[in-house]
Amino acid sequence: MTTTTMNRTNFMRAASKEAKLLLVGVPLLIWTLLPIYHLCLFAFSDKQSAFSGNLWPANPTLRNFEIVFGQKHYFLSHFWQQLWNSVFIAGMTGLLTLVVATFAAFAISRLKVRGGRTVLNMALFTYFIPAAFLAVPMYRTMGLYGLLNSQWSLILAMMTIASPYAIWVLKQASDKLPVELDEAAIMDGATAMQLFRLVYLPLMVPSLVAVGTYAILLAWNEYLYAFLLLSKDTSLTLPVALGNFMAADDSPWELLMTTGLIYALPPAAVYYVFRRYMVSGLTAGAVKS
Amino acid sequence: MTSWQIWGMILVVPYLLVFALFVVYPVFYAFWLAHEPQSYVKLANDPIFVRSVVNTLVFLFVAINLKMAVALGLSGFFLNDRWWIKILAVIFILPWAVPSIPTILSVRFMLNPEWGLINQTIFRLTYEDGPNWLNNPTLGLFFAALVHIWKSLPFWTLILVSGRLAISADLYEAASVDGATTLQKFRFITWPSMQQLFMTCLILSTIWSLGDFNSVYLLTGGGPADLTHVLATLGIRYLRLAEVDLSMATIVFALPLILPLVYFMMKRLSK
Repeated sequence: MTTTTMNRTNFMRAASKEAKLLLVGVPLLIWTLLPIYHLCLFAFSDKQSAFSGNLWPANPTLRNFEIVFGQKHYFLSHFWQQLWNSVFIAGMTGLLTLVVATFAAFAISRLKVRGGRTVLNMALFTYFIPAAFLAVPMYRTMGLYGLLNSQWSLILAMMTIASPYAIWVLKQASDKLPVELDEAAIMDGATAMQLFRLVYLPLMVPSLVAVGTYAILLAWNEYLYAFLLLSKDTSLTLPVALGNFMAADDSPWELLMTTGLIYALPPAAVYYVFRRYMVSGLTAGAVKS
Repeated sequence: MTSWQIWGMILVVPYLLVFALFVVYPVFYAFWLAHEPQSYVKLANDPIFVRSVVNTLVFLFVAINLKMAVALGLSGFFLNDRWWIKILAVIFILPWAVPSIPTILSVRFMLNPEWGLINQTIFRLTYEDGPNWLNNPTLGLFFAALVHIWKSLPFWTLILVSGRLAISADLYEAASVDGATTLQKFRFITWPSMQQLFMTCLILSTIWSLGDFNSVYLLTGGGPADLTHVLATLGIRYLRLAEVDLSMATIVFALPLILPLVYFMMKRLSK
């Protein structure tokens, strides 16, 4: 075989390899982006253009955003209030989950409280039961507690769903802190709370950020519980408001998609900022084989 | 008892309270509301319930097999060292990163028989009306499974990529020297190293798919004629019909399906 033919075979082999990769990559790109592109397409089109099946906006416009931000449609008359509700509920869920989960993880991992293993197993058990199956019992129970229609019912429910995974991840992370820390603290005569405040919390900051983000995103994205537990227009979160759009026959889909896009942006941004934490946290926590 | 033990107990109390008030109590309350054998007779006699059980099994079968097989294949694809595959990997995460409601609604309108992008395109190309996608229970359920796959594929692919990265490159090199084909490398190197991880993924993915409420509820709403409900959405249907005991009975019925999987996962994690 001469050098040229060999080069040619190598080239052909490389080219066919590239072609095969593209054959996977291009459909994958289309599959991934199609629903998101369609969402953006509607957000930047007027109704006429959106409903005529154009593949790109005929006359790109920001009019939909103007209507949404100006609350100029009766479906959107509480847009800012509902956006705030989403922020408030997500924020409170994040905060409460952090408090409850950090206390529990500290007690189990550092203070070695008796029965800690059982508490951890209870938490794990809750984590693995799909939340959708707890929704109706939770809804009825919130009714018994007199919390229905209060945003606190949703905050407490989301905290219940978020804390098991939070406890698990924080416990794993705090097990990795050196034992010498506790020993030194005892020698210096530190109390448990001093150890918690001065040593434990500062060292746990990265895990706390990851867990807080997880709880916030969980609450922000939640639809089922929000739609069961909240009913007043002014106390709804954005996803429920989006779901209500569909109740009408003449739903303004272009506005629905615009609101949906606005609602989807913060979690996507947060996800990309914290990508490293989220992926490694999830891999370590969820699928440790 | 040392002061540390006392503090430890004080600090687990908040979680124990949450667990007692919002997990244990609701679950027992559900069992109590569904304690009449009558409820289960009524449930079994409801054709929608039977249909939902079948739908759940079909949904699980299609969604999980398709998703995990594609994720396994894609995890190999993403290991190729190309600049454009790195960019694609970043874009590929999007479905997992964005909330499901807007994207599911987006797909829902795409499938609209009159104004949806798909049927408009079909009409433009063939001058024929496309099918009324979501008005067909089989297609509706299939699209719900596709939406579910669209959303969760990135997560499972990432997990399997990390599994593949843990395999030593030396093994593949040695196999190449021995003249092994790509298929043989997969069969004798990749698969044996990933088997354990893959099984865990399969179980966890089954649990999560069982609990997927959004993909079905927001795409088809359980319709047409309540024929695309799954167990996760059926509870809500009964709640709407003010049949709380049936709603609870559905959950009690689903538990034996879930608990063995939960048990398996807990054993895996406590190792």
